[in-house]
Amino acid sequence: MAGPDTIISVKGLVTRLGGKLIHDHIDLDVRRGEVIAIVGGSGSGKSVLLRSIVGLMRPAAGSIDVFGEDVLAMNENAMRALQRRWGVLFQDGALFSSQTVAENIQVPLREFTDVPQVLMNEIAAIKLAMVGLGEDAASKYPSELSGGMRKRASLARALVLDPEIVFLDEPTSGLDPIAAAAFDQLIASLQKSLGLTVFMVTHDLDTLNAICDRAAVLVNKKLKVGTIDEVRRDPDPWIQEYFAGPRGRAAMRQ
Amino acid sequence: MESPWFHLDRSGQSLRLTAGGPWTVYHAAAVDGALRRLDPKDATAAEIDASGVEALDTTGAWMLLRTKCQLAAAGLTITAFKVPEDFKPLLQVIESDQPPPPAAVVTRDTFAAYLEHVGRASHSVLIQGLGILGYVGRITIEWFKTIYAPQRHFRLIATMHQIEEVGINALPIVGLLMFLVGIVLAYQGADQLKRFGLDIYTVNALGIGVLRELGVLITAIIIAGRSGSAFTAQIGTMKVNEEIDAMQTMGLNVDDVLILPRVTGLVIALPFLTFYADVVALIGGALMCYFDMGITFPMFIRQLHQAINLDTFLVGMIKAPVFAYVIGMVGCFEGLNVERNAASVGKLTTRSVVESVFLVIVLDAAFSVMFSILGI
Repeated sequence: MAGPDTIISVKGLVTRLGGKLIHDHIDLDVRRGEVIAIVGGSGSGKSVLLRSIVGLMRPAAGSIDVFGEDVLAMNENAMRALQRRWGVLFQDGALFSSQTVAENIQVPLREFTDVPQVLMNEIAAIKLAMVGLGEDAASKYPSELSGGMRKRASLARALVLDPEIVFLDEPTSGLDPIAAAAFDQLIASLQKSLGLTVFMVTHDLDTLNAICDRAAVLVNKKLKVGTIDEVRRDPDPWIQEYFAGPRGRAAMRQ
Repeated sequence: MESPWFHLDRSGQSLRLTAGGPWTVYHAAAVDGALRRLDPKDATAAEIDASGVEALDTTGAWMLLRTKCQLAAAGLTITAFKVPEDFKPLLQVIESDQPPPPAAVVTRDTFAAYLEHVGRASHSVLIQGLGILGYVGRITIEWFKTIYAPQRHFRLIATMHQIEEVGINALPIVGLLMFLVGIVLAYQGADQLKRFGLDIYTVNALGIGVLRELGVLITAIIIAGRSGSAFTAQIGTMKVNEEIDAMQTMGLNVDDVLILPRVTGLVIALPFLTFYADVVALIGGALMCYFDMGITFPMFIRQLHQAINLDTFLVGMIKAPVFAYVIGMVGCFEGLNVERNAASVGKLTTRSVVESVFLVIVLDAAFSVMFSILGI
């Protein structure tokens, strides 16, 4: 049963894509203030799970509760209220290409608050500083930024309303190892200082070891959840291959 | 929901600021202005007591810190800065990042920006024109190479596929539209000429109008919208996916594989489509003539026979391959110009259609001038 500090609760989720079964009755509880990573092979439906929780896809069966409210049965107003309480970082940032970084960050402020423009500019600058981007990034367009900078800018946009949960879709994919490690540290430090709950989809074993409290592995349409050590002891061949393969061992040694 | 608040108490030289309520981004507007206007007057020391704050997020924390910096900058000594224990970590995050100057949001509505825009636009039109010209030249050279060594450069199957795609698959839409154009022309012509009792000359107007100008022009415009845009989108998508780069590294000639089949296919298909469009438009016109004025089909044919000769037909047909060449060329050129992002595909597809329709109409005008000089 969901405990008092359960912030996301997925029960009996069944997802079908084009007639193919992706998730077969999966359950998942995410606790307030933890960093949880969804791991799994390509095409195993990790991103689909994330998209279902944030309401971009509708599952065939099951329930998804966020902050104790059923996302699937929500009306538009309740959904809008909920959407202020989470931020989503998409794989390549998904910054609006026609707007500068500062304008991108201010989109949620314009939409949900009546903050005056002067203060919005200050907020954009603080958020940029928080994600480690300089002030010169503010007036740039997304196409002028590198992949790592786009992700940081997008994280700043996701954080602008001080959400309680952030969803990260493969936060370190496409980054070089140094940038990826720096991004991991950024997420970890923001998580601590802002008290965030982080729900991430990742392939990256280093991220998993460095900053995640728990992992949920999607294998054979089922989800296996536990601390990293618990999950690692699971006899499932894919999990063994994942953690005990050369990359897994290298990541664990650190 | 309650609002954030703050009070100022002055006692002699010292200032005391008490704050409370929810200091979050949703309520920031209520206190931001007043905080900015805060006037320390002759105070020399200040104390900030935010222990009554019930909720604090980055925006609220920033406003508190900004006020502190503002007072310090005005020469006051900050004697105390109290915040509830829970919120200390958050304040530290922002403080450690040192209050940055506000992010600049560029305003783009000045006169200078307008002038710059005009300048840039003119420059890009010029560059674009030169680019197309250079490209037309290059493809023409490729074409001659194909004629010299067809077995190496010519892709029969790809060309056939393009003929099917741009020609045969376009038959329904071209047919329907040209049929309607024929009806409209006949109706309008009849409406005017009836007043002079010259009903039968509707056939002349229709025949000459369709065969010389409208048949080929409207077909070309439809094809520019249908196939020119498709060329840009297809090649552009391949560019985004790095498929074009992959081809080049494998030693495939992009011009041979992608461009020539498309342009050749279009140059072959458009004259046939034009012929078909002419026939359908005349049938539409004949039908309208019969229902509107009682001109029977044999009468229509007889009158048409007197009104037009082979030249009328050929003048229209000769334009078809030229228009096809231009449409295909612009479509492929813009496709290859696509940058590696999805937005660029859409932008250049639009541009490709606008440019090819523009060029088709300009060329049509040029043909008219040429034919009038030649007296055809």
